[in-house]
Amino acid sequence: MPLTFNDKIFDDIQKGKERWEKELRKAFAARPERLPRFITVSDREIDRLYTPADVRNQQYMQDLGFPGEYPFTRGVQPSMYRGRLWTMRMFAGLGTAEDTNKRFHLLVKQGQTGLSTAFDMPTLMGYDTDSPKARGECGKCGVAIDTLQDMEDLFAGLPIDKITTSMTINPPASVIWAMYIAMAEKRGIDRRIIGGTIQNDMLKEFIAQKTFMCPPVPSVRIITDTVEFGAKEVPKWNTISISGYHIREAGSTAVQELAFTLADGIAYTEAAIERGLNVDDFAPRFSFFFNSHLDFFEEVAKFRAARRMWAKIMKERFKAKEPRSWWLRFHTQTAGCSLTAQQPYNNVVRTAIEALAAVMGGTQSLHTNSLDEVLAIPTEEAATIALRTQQIISEESGVANTIDPLGGSYFVEALTDRMEEEAFGIIDKIDDMGGMLAAIEKNYPQQEIADAAYRYQKQIDEKERTVVGVNKYVTEEDIPVEILEIDEALESLQMEKTRRIKNERDNARVRACLERVGDACSGGKNVMEDVIEAVKAHATLQEVCDVYRKVFGEYRDPGIY
Amino acid sequence: MSSIAEKVVAGDIRTVARLIRDIDDGMPEVREVLKELYPHTGNAYIIGITGSPGVGKSTLVDQMVGHLRQRDKTVGVLAVDPTSPFSGGAILGDRVRMQRHSMDPGVFIRSLATRGHFGGLTQSTRSAIDVLDAMGKDYVLVETVGVGQDEVDVVRSAHTTVIVVIPGMGDDIQAIKAGILEVGDIFLINKSDREGADKTVSDLRLMIEMDQKKYEEGGWKPPILKVEAVFDKGIDEFLEAVDQHAAYLAKTEGGLDFRGNRNKVREELREMVKARLLEEALDRLTKSGEFDRAVELIVEKKIDPYTACEDLVLPVSKQ
Amino acid sequence: MKQQKRRVRVMVAKPGLDGHDRGARIIARAYRDAGFEVVYTGLHQTPEEIVEAAIQEDVDMIGLSSLAGAHNYLFPAVVQLLRERGADDIVVCGGGIIPEDDVEKLKAAGVKAVFTPGTPLDQIVKWVEENVSPRS
Ligand code: B12
Ligand SMILES: Nc1nc2c(ncn2[C@@H]2O[C@H](COP(=O)(O)OP(=O)(O)OP(=O)(O)O)[C@@H](O)[C@H]2O)c(=O)[nH]1
Ligand SMILES: [Mg+2]
Repeated sequence: MPLTFNDKIFDDIQKGKERWEKELRKAFAARPERLPRFITVSDREIDRLYTPADVRNQQYMQDLGFPGEYPFTRGVQPSMYRGRLWTMRMFAGLGTAEDTNKRFHLLVKQGQTGLSTAFDMPTLMGYDTDSPKARGECGKCGVAIDTLQDMEDLFAGLPIDKITTSMTINPPASVIWAMYIAMAEKRGIDRRIIGGTIQNDMLKEFIAQKTFMCPPVPSVRIITDTVEFGAKEVPKWNTISISGYHIREAGSTAVQELAFTLADGIAYTEAAIERGLNVDDFAPRFSFFFNSHLDFFEEVAKFRAARRMWAKIMKERFKAKEPRSWWLRFHTQTAGCSLTAQQPYNNVVRTAIEALAAVMGGTQSLHTNSLDEVLAIPTEEAATIALRTQQIISEESGVANTIDPLGGSYFVEALTDRMEEEAFGIIDKIDDMGGMLAAIEKNYPQQEIADAAYRYQKQIDEKERTVVGVNKYVTEEDIPVEILEIDEALESLQMEKTRRIKNERDNARVRACLERVGDACSGGKNVMEDVIEAVKAHATLQEVCDVYRKVFGEYRDPGIY
Repeated sequence: MSSIAEKVVAGDIRTVARLIRDIDDGMPEVREVLKELYPHTGNAYIIGITGSPGVGKSTLVDQMVGHLRQRDKTVGVLAVDPTSPFSGGAILGDRVRMQRHSMDPGVFIRSLATRGHFGGLTQSTRSAIDVLDAMGKDYVLVETVGVGQDEVDVVRSAHTTVIVVIPGMGDDIQAIKAGILEVGDIFLINKSDREGADKTVSDLRLMIEMDQKKYEEGGWKPPILKVEAVFDKGIDEFLEAVDQHAAYLAKTEGGLDFRGNRNKVREELREMVKARLLEEALDRLTKSGEFDRAVELIVEKKIDPYTACEDLVLPVSKQ
Repeated sequence: MKQQKRRVRVMVAKPGLDGHDRGARIIARAYRDAGFEVVYTGLHQTPEEIVEAAIQEDVDMIGLSSLAGAHNYLFPAVVQLLRERGADDIVVCGGGIIPEDDVEKLKAAGVKAVFTPGTPLDQIVKWVEENVSPRS
């Protein structure tokens, strides 16, 4: 490793490389390299060879260290996968609560170790199924949750005191979380025992995912309420999953994903500190969520850089003292946008490569996409193959035998350093703008991502970038795959269910509860207890969200292209 | 009256939309329709909104529409975006900010692309305003492209010209002084939620007051107001200032009637004549083949371009 | 009034609650780069809002983008509203995650073409050039 080299040796290596390249160039005169540019998925040019000279400034103890020790480049836990494998957490949700409950039971039976809930579009946007805005959308992209009853049906028969649950929900996160807490308490399970994650990351919504409700400032206020409430009341819960996944899927480069995500994390940390919380009381409950795209080494380097950067940010910028505050724990999902409708079975291979990168990068949990990703939400068969992919990686391939197996690769280390440097450069720029909220207001990350996405698409169109089955090795015949269809009739069933609950509940109590939520919103009191009371009284998701919308106003798409 | 003009006056949205398209596309037939519509114009109050790219013009227009609707006024909007010089295409992005009004029958919003026209507007804007006026809109709001300093054609077409700036544009304010300061009837510091708004106000005030003489002669002294378009703050005060400016205008020559003010008529007519002459003359020279012949002669080095130009123009201008 | 060549005007619209806009925004840029004038509505539009905007903007075509599965309701609703407004000369096409079986249904409902993932941008542009004529 670098430590064993002195300057003279580096210079020799550099000279040696120059000599070697001169020789090569002669060979290229006769037969040039395959491509004019060798680029990553993120349009980064890669050298033909990396040597110790490329990492001459790296200090092992300071920059890499040992797993479980600052700066965590090689992993957050000391034992990593030798202690415990990553959690295999497949994102699932479809139709009604009952339908999804069935899928959950199946996944658990097949060896999945954590649950992850996908909600349908109306739920994600804070509307009930009976809203006119929800027409045609019920259950299509995930499960429809209108009331506490739906939440109870969703987790019926599942051991929520033992299994952790992740919920991909953002503007209405406080409401969905309140329903989950209320559901647990109805079952007699203490809120201090339940564990799980709500995504609850609104900044990346404005940047990338575009499920939004209220403007940025009040959105962060509600999030801070949940962070505060979690730190005090629900200590095992991850109150924010700071997400780069969506940023990347919207078209960013790997470095942009890294920089924007950590800048979001900085903004949430600042907001909570401003609230008067002690950084070490909440930071350990922040978790992260990254994408794993097809460029294997670039992704591994990204994960390693992310850990080191966050450790530095927490320790140096925010003066966190608890090592747990320095940890960047993350969930990973393979890149949906890398998959193709053409020759869908190729997607199994792509996903395997991406999953491998996530594992080599030290992820804490992983979702692998299904081969039918580009067609519809996955069938049971397709989701099972995707889960099996993880099981093969973990238990057959041997890659989990040693920690950070790519550490020390000249290439990976050089890339890790380079990406960190570039990402910190972007974070500096955002700081200069006045932080992420201000940057979002200026549409800075949105515009950067739009530009990167268009560039990527053009490269595919112009065949500068190969996509097998799409712009190369194209076949004429269609390979049939089964597609999951969501029954359009669900919509009226679900509407009926919600209507019945609205009729049967104590409406005066609901009104009083909602009023209290409104007062908390405008008065600045933490909203969580009042929201829990409201959902216990069977207030619907939309009813609570309408209060938010009324007090805080609505955010509309600025339409950055 | 032709059926098109009748439908416009009756407020038929589709007809209005298509007529503006024909104007934009330079279809000669529209001239007759515009003549017919002329007697129905002169009732709308026209506000031009201009300022550098991204200062919040569209957001402001969106809020203005909201407030004017609360006053039960109908509103037409023309929003101009730049045409790409490379492809000739354009993404017309202003509408996104105003799209919440699209279902309001009292509001008509139309995006226009500059199509190579300079000055912040399109060639068609003046006539498009007449169409919205004739269809009965109480107000017509015209958002220019995000312009630099001297692209302020909108002044010629608007009763009130609003210049939007944002805090911290220190140097930019210096830069806009000459061209824009003179034509602004109202100055808005948008994004006043940001630092430095007061400083921008005082900078601007200083610069405007350098023009002291004008006000001493009873001229309009442009107010400088702070607004926060995105948070809907300061809009009512701003619209009051517009009302005051309207009241001031009412006392000047021609009052609120553009076509009763000699200076404005002179300018408008000059522009129209210029455009028409150019078009007709070029058309004739092209059709007769004289133009192409001249090109050949220059290429063959038989004549210099200056002489060629004179040979083409002099006979036309003598007629 | 200089006689210009008629420009193609199109609208790219995102109906429904779907927030997937990566594709729609790329399409809007591709249309612009092909020389069209493009009105982009932004996200979360109802069919009514789309149709009203399309009429006011006098576009020749509406391109709908939907990836969240509600196309069977949203696309035909746009076509139907255009008919009701006497504006069915405006061509409707669409794209996104649309299962093959639905493509046929949508075409039967009046959507002229549907483009699914993997379609090259120049093919999408070419279709407009061949099938949408600026109003004459
Ligand atoms: C990227 C992506 C995301 C990003 C979106 C970022 C963004 N701002 O766009 C993120 C991560 C945020 C996301 C979130 C979700 N997603 Co998503 N996502 C995808 C993914 C992987 C790729 C889509 C994409 O952008 N492709 C690249 C672009 C360029 O391609 P495209 O849009 O298809 O466009 C091409 C053609 O379709 C066509 N086209 C498209 N539109 C138009 C319009 C016109 C006019 C024309 C002519 C052509 C055209 O031309 C383009 C070029 O060929 C797809 C699966 C896949 N691989 O397709 C899932 C997918 C669309 N997502 C899905 C789901 C369920 C969701 C969520 C609802 C998950 C949840 N429950 O939380 C959320 C909801 C987000 C929201 N706000 O709506 C499902 C939808 C299922 C269905 N329809 O039945 C899919 C299919 C994945 C799956 N199999 O489950 N997603
Ligand atoms: N902080 C703040 N931002 C604002 C305000 N008004 C508008 N914005 C934001 O400024 C950005 C640009 O707004 P637009 O209304 O599109 O600006 P524009 O001048 O029309 O832009 P062009 O038409 O592109 O020249 C948007 O992100 C708005 O949300 C304001 O009062 N305060
Ligand atoms: Mg604008």
